[in-house]
Amino acid sequence: MNKKIMVSITGVFIICIMISCEKLLPPAPKDDEILDGPVEGLSSEEKIQFIAGDIAFNEEVFTAQNGLGPYFVATSCGSCHAGDGKGHPFSTLTRFGQSDSTGNSFMAYGGPQLQNRAIPGYTPEQIPAGATFSKFTPPANTGLGFLEALSDAQILANVDPFDSNGDGISGVANYVNAPAYFQSKPHHIIVAGKYIGRFGKKAAAIDLWHQTVNAYVQDMGVTSEYAPTEPGINGVMSPYGDNAPDPEVQSSTVQNLIFYLRTLKAPIQRNQDDSNVQSGKQIFSNIGCAKCHTPEWTTQQWPISALAYKTFYPYTDLLLHDMGASLDDGYTEGKALTSEWKTPPLWGLGLSKNSQGGTYFLLHDGRAQSIEQAISFHGGEAQTSNNNYQALSAGEKENLIKFLESL
Amino acid sequence: MKQTFLYNLHNMKKAILLILLFLNLIGYSQTDSSFIKRIQTDTSNMKLNMDAVYNRPFLQMGKLPVSIGGYIEANSSYFGTDGVTEGLSFQIPRMTIFISSTIKKRIKFLSEIELEEGGKEIAIEFASMDIELHPLFNLRGGVVMNPIGGFNQNHDGPKWEFISRPISSTTIIPSTWSNVGFGIFGKYGRNNLVWAYEFYATNGFDDKIIANDQNRTWLPESKKNKERFEESFNGEPLYTAKTALRHRKIGEIGFSWMGGIYNKFMDDGIELDKKRRIDLFAIDFNTTIPVIKTTINGEWVWASLDIPTTYTQQFGDKLQGGFVDIVQPIIRRKILGWENATINIAARLEYADYNVGTFRENGENISDHIYAVVPGLSFRPSPQTVIRLNYRYHWQTDLLGNPAARTAGIQFGFSTYF
Repeated sequence: MNKKIMVSITGVFIICIMISCEKLLPPAPKDDEILDGPVEGLSSEEKIQFIAGDIAFNEEVFTAQNGLGPYFVATSCGSCHAGDGKGHPFSTLTRFGQSDSTGNSFMAYGGPQLQNRAIPGYTPEQIPAGATFSKFTPPANTGLGFLEALSDAQILANVDPFDSNGDGISGVANYVNAPAYFQSKPHHIIVAGKYIGRFGKKAAAIDLWHQTVNAYVQDMGVTSEYAPTEPGINGVMSPYGDNAPDPEVQSSTVQNLIFYLRTLKAPIQRNQDDSNVQSGKQIFSNIGCAKCHTPEWTTQQWPISALAYKTFYPYTDLLLHDMGASLDDGYTEGKALTSEWKTPPLWGLGLSKNSQGGTYFLLHDGRAQSIEQAISFHGGEAQTSNNNYQALSAGEKENLIKFLESL
Repeated sequence: MKQTFLYNLHNMKKAILLILLFLNLIGYSQTDSSFIKRIQTDTSNMKLNMDAVYNRPFLQMGKLPVSIGGYIEANSSYFGTDGVTEGLSFQIPRMTIFISSTIKKRIKFLSEIELEEGGKEIAIEFASMDIELHPLFNLRGGVVMNPIGGFNQNHDGPKWEFISRPISSTTIIPSTWSNVGFGIFGKYGRNNLVWAYEFYATNGFDDKIIANDQNRTWLPESKKNKERFEESFNGEPLYTAKTALRHRKIGEIGFSWMGGIYNKFMDDGIELDKKRRIDLFAIDFNTTIPVIKTTINGEWVWASLDIPTTYTQQFGDKLQGGFVDIVQPIIRRKILGWENATINIAARLEYADYNVGTFRENGENISDHIYAVVPGLSFRPSPQTVIRLNYRYHWQTDLLGNPAARTAGIQFGFSTYF
């Protein structure tokens, strides 16, 4: 082979490789197969803040040197919410100390959250004797900004504490004390100095700011300007610090992370045109699931224009419902009863396995490893719907599950 | 302290500039072939991985007792993960300069200085003095490369057909892993067999290996601790031992172990924690299949750490991984005017698991692993220079075993001794 031919072949080969670069790379998953990504319509400035928040959420890892612990549950936000999805038993946390609406009597003993891990050299917290507790599996993060943008009046429109319509369902709002840094907005309705909670298993966090600050300090032992003290342990508040100067996370980082949570897109339903899925959707409504898992909401005026006046489908009413004895752990938060749980949004349910290691861990503590099992745990106000589900034919059940998995 | 470090760095940079100037002079004077001699590598097939630092093409000027050499790597890459790409980028991962000298009969000195990523990091990878007493018993001291696995000591870019270093050899064994210390080494050869050993006591790891921004047990984190060249993190030596056997016609196999205490168990005379061990065990091997001249080269490593059970399983207490490289020469003849040029096809299979075990919460397997396949094509106009084209595809699974993130890309570049 002469020199010219050799050079030509090499040149053509390299050009082919360069042209085919894109073809040789793994394709992006479809938008409806992943939970992360921003809502549509963010401005350039908002996209920059979204990326900064994404880094804080998914890439910032805390160690003893930069503020982890000394007592903690996880080392980063992403550890508990892989791909912005639901958590796993590994990252499931424990809350303890409150058994009625009078408040948490174990706050001076390290409540409400158990920091079950500790940096080397430290002994993790234990649940104090006599304290009731409940385990909480981390929820998915997606679409939270839409839920935050709903007004209190919209949420209260579905409240029915005395079951005046006689459907057996009596959703109530949880009213909680606001932290010092909380900034009330025009859409908030204050009752006896308390605000409606809408985030967390017991709806104990008023907004994403409240939720995020709690997660930094309670989950990771990371102090901020808003929560400047390390979690207490065994009856002593902040007995030992770590070597990182407080606050351990800058307020700008906290705000970027909150913005990221606010502007994560809502999960996109798959297979909407599938006749079985459509049938399942109808069954969902017929057997009464939609009474609590409210399918559709529309936001009103909101500072982030990408979230304003948008219709979305979270399948939650953000209210507390009595779920019966089998889901009553004897622990609660705010004004909720121990058997009451906030209706969890069902959007993203079908993608849960992709963040839970291939297995479903459903309900508040991950005890249900299938959708069917989760339904069968429904009691109290949801008992009728559960009974209705059990009475369905095998085909109807299958269609209902297909619909839920399409969310 | 910081000022001293910066001052030293400044002086180091000056020294490197002088060396580079010296190298340029060598290059300029190479027209006088009687003055500059290239000391060729030993191709007798009796050299071991552990001899790699001495078995390099050095340049010697006249009768000066100093030889000098080095290598450079440069490449471009285009990678993407799950449809997201950072585009095309160009890198100069490292340029290395080595100098050797015979101080006195049976007293040698060798140093290797590496500039990584265009000078962002400058590190002494090797700077040791050897005192030869007997073939089976010699002394070595200074900055030594811990003889764990095969790659750590035999890592020169021009020797490999792949642009990226093996994952397990850089993230489980933190190649290039060198420390200050002393030790002994020896070799015995007879007929087609050669056997050798090395044993060193050096400074070692620190507790950042389980507290780092990788959010996993990450041994390379200790390389950031430059103070390990001044003092031990915890006063406990890291021991490294290796033995290797080569048969001229079959190949080489090496067994190595490295172990010590990684945590600060005592400070200012106050006991803080129990002593926590880290141990690595590695097997490395290489062979060339006669007739078809296929070379197979690989390494496997297991690591075990004592991590407090009250810490988080995010940081694995058992790690393992390895690689196998298969290189097949397909053309060896005069190409484009270069005598004995070679074109090779190659493939690397590699794996690293950063957390072997099960979750305490539910007994399910912990994932946090990565698999990769790297087919490649290389052209060697001479044994000292390689032009490489690699396609890399890897699957990385998180701790929980969620669907793997897929990354792929093309790398093109060269590496050459000078």
